[in-house]
Amino acid sequence: MDIKIDENLDITDVVCPVTFVKTKVALDELDDGQILAVRLNDGEPVQNVPRSVKEEGHQILKLLHNDDGTYTLLVKKVDDE
Amino acid sequence: MAFTNEQLERYSRHILLKEVGAKGQKKLLNGKVLIIGAGGLGAPIALYLAAAGVGAIGIADLDTVDLSNLQRQVIHTTADIGKAKVQSAKETMQAINPDVQVNTYQIYVNAASIMDLIQDYDFIIDGTDNFAAKFLINDACVLQKKPFSHAGILRFGGQLMTYVPGEGPCYRCVFREPPPPDAIPTCRQAGVVGAMGGVIGSLQAMEAIKFLIGKGDLLTGKLLTYDALTMEFRRIKLPGRKDCAVCGEHPSITEPFDYEVPACDLKAEGESHENSPEL
Repeated sequence: MDIKIDENLDITDVVCPVTFVKTKVALDELDDGQILAVRLNDGEPVQNVPRSVKEEGHQILKLLHNDDGTYTLLVKKVDDE
Repeated sequence: MAFTNEQLERYSRHILLKEVGAKGQKKLLNGKVLIIGAGGLGAPIALYLAAAGVGAIGIADLDTVDLSNLQRQVIHTTADIGKAKVQSAKETMQAINPDVQVNTYQIYVNAASIMDLIQDYDFIIDGTDNFAAKFLINDACVLQKKPFSHAGILRFGGQLMTYVPGEGPCYRCVFREPPPPDAIPTCRQAGVVGAMGGVIGSLQAMEAIKFLIGKGDLLTGKLLTYDALTMEFRRIKLPGRKDCAVCGEHPSITEPFDYEVPACDLKAEGESHENSPEL
């Protein structure tokens, strides 16, 4: 399945809770159905950010393991308003 | 408008909330709120709205800071004694959050000044201490179709309600006229616990924030009362009145006017106007 990425975000340079805050702000800017790719660190971010994104009602498409030890999270924006 | 990294961190606890988010925080940053009275109620209101990043906050009060104010007016410090309350409040608010524009009005809010004063604001907050001001604020807000929060505190008690045009009764629907002079003591005569301003003023700040972000239920058509001694909150449903003199079907009040302020309420040198003789 090919996934078209609409926006990229790197949160490897920040820590909780700014990791999720930045993800949330980026998702707010997107339209319903658009895809955000988030590059995040192993450990706390990869444990918490996907869960928080899911709690907000968005759809997690994939969590890819990158060669440099980071992850890429693909999220589909779900606008319930 | 994009957030700076500093703003993302400053407002992170708001943005994390589903009901606020980035959109809600932008609404707060674009919001304009006027606080009338920089005293017991106005102090916590101004502190929380500034911290929350409400973009433009007006604050109106004629008085200067007095030693007897400091027991409850937590936005002022001992070093501020003698300074205009609006100036002292502005300095504290900008020290907390430089994002916020603070407009100061060192005036006595009366029928001549109130219409211009409230015009540019989205939401008005009554933090005054006398019935004349409370009815004046109500009438002006009804006439200009401005939402506002009313509150009053005295001794161990407090109350508040919110008016939104077309969505419930106004203050005059409920209380009609000021009580006879001396029927109810002022805070200066009766006293008030300082934390009461914190409890009720914080609830008013919460109403302003909910109004700006457009989430939750406001205290429209409801009076919330608080008794600190029994630790009871009561929410009383308020009926609207079709024959209300200002918001009814055939209003007799078509412009704001001033009630006479009882002599003991008139501002003595350095004294304050912040508490309500309400309950």
